Amino acid sequence: MAVMNLVQAINSALDLKLADDKNIVLFGEDAGFEGGVFRVTDGLQEKYGEKRVFDTPLAESVLIGAGIGMAVNGLRPICEIQFSGFMYPAFNQIISHVSRMRTRTRGMFSVPMVIRAPYGGGIRALEHHSESTEAIYGHIPGLKVVIPSTPYDAKGLLISAIEDNDPVLFLEPKKIYRAIKQDVPEEIYRIKIGKASVLQQGEQLTIVAYGAMSRVVQQAIQHAKKDGYSIELIDLRTIYPFDKQTIVESIRKTGRLLVVHEAARTFGVAAELMAIANEEAFLHLEAPPARVTGYDTVIPLPKGEDFYFPDAARVYEAIKKTIKF
Amino acid sequence: MFSTFDPLQGKRLTIMNESGEIVAPEWMPKLPDDKIVDAYKTMLYARIGDLKAVSYQRQGRLYTLPTNIGQEAAAVGSALALEKTDWMVPAYRELGAWLVKGATMRDYFFYFGGSEEGSRYPDGTRLLPVSVPITSQLTHAVGIGFASNYKGEKDVVITYFGDGGSSQGDFHEALNWAAVFSCPTIFFCNNNGYAISLPREKQTKSKTIAQKAIAYDMPGIQIDGNDLFAVYRATSEAVKYARDGNGPVLIEAITYRLGAHTTSDDPSRYRSAEEEKEWEAKDPLLRLRVWLEKKGLWDDAKEKDYSEEATSDIESQFAEFEQYKATPIEDIFKYTFEEMPDSLKEQMIEVRNHVNRMGG
Repeated sequence: MAVMNLVQAINSALDLKLADDKNIVLFGEDAGFEGGVFRVTDGLQEKYGEKRVFDTPLAESVLIGAGIGMAVNGLRPICEIQFSGFMYPAFNQIISHVSRMRTRTRGMFSVPMVIRAPYGGGIRALEHHSESTEAIYGHIPGLKVVIPSTPYDAKGLLISAIEDNDPVLFLEPKKIYRAIKQDVPEEIYRIKIGKASVLQQGEQLTIVAYGAMSRVVQQAIQHAKKDGYSIELIDLRTIYPFDKQTIVESIRKTGRLLVVHEAARTFGVAAELMAIANEEAFLHLEAPPARVTGYDTVIPLPKGEDFYFPDAARVYEAIKKTIKF
Repeated sequence: MFSTFDPLQGKRLTIMNESGEIVAPEWMPKLPDDKIVDAYKTMLYARIGDLKAVSYQRQGRLYTLPTNIGQEAAAVGSALALEKTDWMVPAYRELGAWLVKGATMRDYFFYFGGSEEGSRYPDGTRLLPVSVPITSQLTHAVGIGFASNYKGEKDVVITYFGDGGSSQGDFHEALNWAAVFSCPTIFFCNNNGYAISLPREKQTKSKTIAQKAIAYDMPGIQIDGNDLFAVYRATSEAVKYARDGNGPVLIEAITYRLGAHTTSDDPSRYRSAEEEKEWEAKDPLLRLRVWLEKKGLWDDAKEKDYSEEATSDIESQFAEFEQYKATPIEDIFKYTFEEMPDSLKEQMIEVRNHVNRMGG
């Protein structure tokens, strides 16, 4: 065991897999020599050489497109997009090819690719650096979307993502890159993609959160506990395919659902989970499924972002409202 | 060769002119006669295949499709320059090239007849599926070449696109990457004068597409795309250049689609009958046939016999395709991921139950 933050845990996963499989290549803008703008890939080029860990020209579409070709020809590319807000130039590649190569070729070719990107807000960043885009990608057939919320999960999920024979979008909540430290095994271990984690057991309300919001919800639950509320917290871990069974079983037990995410509300992940509550647990519901989310606005620049991102107080209000309904 | 045919000087490689005469014997590729006859046969086979496909489409037995008619020399000649272990990353109008690489008319009928089975080529064909989003496939060819270098293999990649495609960002990103990483990738532009309706002159201010290679510090050459010998020679040089570790090459083949953009297109809206007539005279099959006949390698009887043989082969492959009625429901779901998530299994059962309730 070693104490690691999220950045170190991700670095450890990359390090172990690079050592483990010679067909893995890691590349991105400033991801090689510089170790990435968040230093997530720090030291990896030095250790594995420029052939395997390298900087690319500043062009996201070919960054992903070349990764497709590498995957088709036997490599396992790990692509870093510097910020999730810069992924749009590669959108055509991701949607038109990465996610559908297996279907289009009836399994002749697949794209075992991991696309890593720092995502989410709350770090007082420049424009286009704070987006939460998971719902966009969760909607694309053929793509898996993973968002860890702890160093332990980040390492285990990333190792699974790298070993997956299908493309995985691995979104790293940059707000908590260095905010959480945890004992993390130094060796390889895996967390199954598509499996949620029940962080707290409870009887009155099911809260589903992920990424940086997991921590915010835990703070809110601390307050709610003082009021005597019993809350079950599920960390989703995987946006697609998500763990419907765990969520539905929990809602059937508690009779209530609250989903928390920082992404915009309309057509977001919460909307999907609330629909599942309706479809699968309707007769168990004691209150309307609820959500605390970002708003349907452009993500505000730092002077406005505190109004946008859900905080413990907003979550606490929603907890009370849902349980008292 | 590449330094001799500088696109900025307006140079273009033609070995055999429109009358089937060898005008640049010094560049004539050293191809045995039987190989040239085979190349002609493949071009003729592709032509017949396309004509049959259009006729089936008109009868409602195939869906919208883009024919290769008029561009067979560019397709067949370039593909013949590859080894079996080399890769091909197509756009969507290169039937002759796919046939050389190992795809069949059966695959073509399946794909344009509405089944993904048409992209399941024989094992080890090293041919990627048709790529409809314009020029997006060039980046894949770069990555395949990158992987070839990475693994220390000598396989090269050819990728196809059109004159319109040269305006896409992916064209520039792909050429740049390939040059930076010295990928063994041959970018083969079928400049047929139109991107659906937009003429080449309105697509780019550059006098040639080949000259765009200069910005990326790679060789670029313009060739007569209706001259099998020029296509084969230039592509062979590019393949050798790439295989020797020198990096990518851009080839611009000047050609013309004698057919429509697709079976849904009406070219008379944007190009004149005179222009079409002019290009009919430059038909790549005609000039090669003249050359073969002069050499005593081909005649009317052979043309008739082979056309009948090809037609019957193509018809039997079409008959095989028409046995296939509908995509199995499971196939719609099972290739989304290596392992089907529960949610997809549920949806698959849902549609299956619905179909059963409706009486299959």
